[in-house]
Amino acid sequence: MAGPLGKDLLGLASLSAEQITLVLDTAVPFREISERAIKKVPTLRGATIVNLFFEASTRTRISFEFAEKRLSADTVNVAVAGSSVSKGETLVDTARNLEAMKIDMVVIRHGASGAAKFLAERIESNVINAGDGTNEHPTQGLLDLLTLRSRLGTLAGQRICIVGDVLHSRVARSNIWGLKKLGAEVAVCGPRSLLPNAIGEMGVTVFDRVEQAIEWADALNVLRLQLERMQAGYIPSLREYNRVFGVTRARLERSPRDLIILHPGPMNRGVEIDSDVADGPHSVILEQVTNGVAVRMAVLYLLAGGRPELAEAAKRGGA
Amino acid sequence: MRDLLLRGGRIVDPSQGMDAVGDVLLRDGRVEDCGGTLGTPDGAEILECGGLIVAPGLIDVHIHLREPGREDVETVATGAHSAAVGGFTGVCAMPNTKPVTDNQAVVGFVKRQGEAAGFARVYPYGAISVGQRGNTLAEFAEMVDAGAVAFSDDGRPVESAQLMRTALEYARAFNVPIAEHCEDMTLAHGGSMNEGLMSAMLGLKGIPAEAEEIYVIRDILLAKRTGGHIHLCHLSTKGSVELVRWGKERGVNVTAEVCSHHISLTEDAVDGYNTNAKMNPPLRTQADIDALQQGLADGTIDLLVTDHAPHHYDEKEREFADAPNGIVGLETALGINCTYLVHPGVLTLSQLVDAMSCKPARVFHVPGGTLQRGSVGDVTVFDPTRSWTVDPAKFRSKGRNTPYGGYDLQGQARCTVVGGRIVYRAAD
Repeated sequence: MAGPLGKDLLGLASLSAEQITLVLDTAVPFREISERAIKKVPTLRGATIVNLFFEASTRTRISFEFAEKRLSADTVNVAVAGSSVSKGETLVDTARNLEAMKIDMVVIRHGASGAAKFLAERIESNVINAGDGTNEHPTQGLLDLLTLRSRLGTLAGQRICIVGDVLHSRVARSNIWGLKKLGAEVAVCGPRSLLPNAIGEMGVTVFDRVEQAIEWADALNVLRLQLERMQAGYIPSLREYNRVFGVTRARLERSPRDLIILHPGPMNRGVEIDSDVADGPHSVILEQVTNGVAVRMAVLYLLAGGRPELAEAAKRGGA
Repeated sequence: MRDLLLRGGRIVDPSQGMDAVGDVLLRDGRVEDCGGTLGTPDGAEILECGGLIVAPGLIDVHIHLREPGREDVETVATGAHSAAVGGFTGVCAMPNTKPVTDNQAVVGFVKRQGEAAGFARVYPYGAISVGQRGNTLAEFAEMVDAGAVAFSDDGRPVESAQLMRTALEYARAFNVPIAEHCEDMTLAHGGSMNEGLMSAMLGLKGIPAEAEEIYVIRDILLAKRTGGHIHLCHLSTKGSVELVRWGKERGVNVTAEVCSHHISLTEDAVDGYNTNAKMNPPLRTQADIDALQQGLADGTIDLLVTDHAPHHYDEKEREFADAPNGIVGLETALGINCTYLVHPGVLTLSQLVDAMSCKPARVFHVPGGTLQRGSVGDVTVFDPTRSWTVDPAKFRSKGRNTPYGGYDLQGQARCTVVGGRIVYRAAD
């Protein structure tokens, strides 16, 4: 049965502003559960969830696993190494085999854009995209939205700049879709070789200098700069990247307002972000991690057919 | 063989400047007479063509038949059958087989398989370089003797400008085109669709138009230098059309083709990661479609082709970036071309027949492309307005990979005649 989000969570591009807001509102009471001594509710008791990770991931997988366990679901982790996938099994066969074991949900992380959608179209179970190639990472986008909303009150009219390798970033795409739907102004900043050519047509502003971005923005979402980008020749060196695009304390001091600094992790300290920023007063990076579990609990709850009333009750409770 | 009288159709044959209702009589595999009301010889088979177009047989100079090597995907026989159903009386088969068609033995094999199948005529391409590896020129002379009508490393470009120059020079003696797959591999590397808004939104690596255009102008310049005949395969961008126009204005021996999908679909067809809309070169934008259609109308683009590329169902049933390039096209081309070119008024029926029959025969120096007396008896009878819905399950090709499944098209072959013999006749 399809809940308020439909069968699957594949990306923020396909969600309405109302659906996104519903997830954020639902996440608020779930955040409270994680503060309790007994961090467990019976919401998904008896449900079976497979965490199917074709790419290495520590933080996202653990976050999903905590979310599942705190909702009392039974979970199985499948990592690509040691599974039949490494023996050449196709994605569609993997999916069908999982389905035959009568599971309820699949959380999939995969290196190919569109892989989550591919899976969702071929199995009955709910599918949650935990990152597909360079397309989307919707739960990351949602936790970024929740973190920003908690800090800023509302996203409408706020200015958010995504800094770094937007070309290869699924986090960037989920942020762009989600932020725009909630009425924020979105900009990107990075070397032009790491921005899609057509990024302007997606309705975002482009800054060539991080100083301009800092002057403009209410919040920066600083993306991880993958070492491989330098090896593939997109930028000359990490050193130069840090000198031109690095988010440093000296640069932040020139901001006219109290900037909020997000980072999806894992960080390359001294490359895209300096330690005194990551650990400093502007940073909400650990808040993001906390919110990640709550957002994922909300998504699991809503996909399992959970009622939106929880969000309503939470709002009435003033959360 | 019995005489065959095609009676009362509208004969559209631009090679003779003919567009009039009349009869065509085929005898001993050749055109005995064409035009006007012809008497019925004793014992002749009569094909009533009233309300239909009677045209010189359609020829597709760019298809992939997968034999030898991938007979599970397509054989020469199934491909030639598919061609006949689509109204084609002749096809040129690309050499990226396994083993590569880079020697007289494989060329002869493909040709014989075509003859044995007895559907559309099959003309093999030979590879430009040994193994299509781009290093050493393959043995053109022997392959021409064995039946090769052109040379290409299609599937990949000839990366060395020096090798391309040599190929253009060496081929001059045989009067055959060198057909280039234009793609700068360093720019296209890892790309799986057009670079633009859609690739940015889907998070797929794009292939910029310049990857094609850089090779288009390089090859035009090399043809200008050598006097060789460069034929540019499956052009997909506005810039390419402008560059070909530039070359033709300067008298360069350049010809060019466009695929039916590139004049009818944009990159939007990829949305949702539709692997049946994945091909190389990729689907581009409406501005590109407009320029390609205009190029066809003004003759800058010479030919319409399919780039028929069958793949196994399993190979397309996977992650977009990992799925193979290409779609089948032989059985949909005529319908697409009528629907997207003739009915909107981009091309007249005469121009369509010119781009699908007369010019292919002329550019590739193969028989047909005309219904003049004495020419081969290859005829396509089609209904340019007949509506039908594409159902891939009904294809005679082994391939089902098409983005047109469920499309309503207007225009369909009704009868295909090769060498005076009916090789396909629509059942309904």
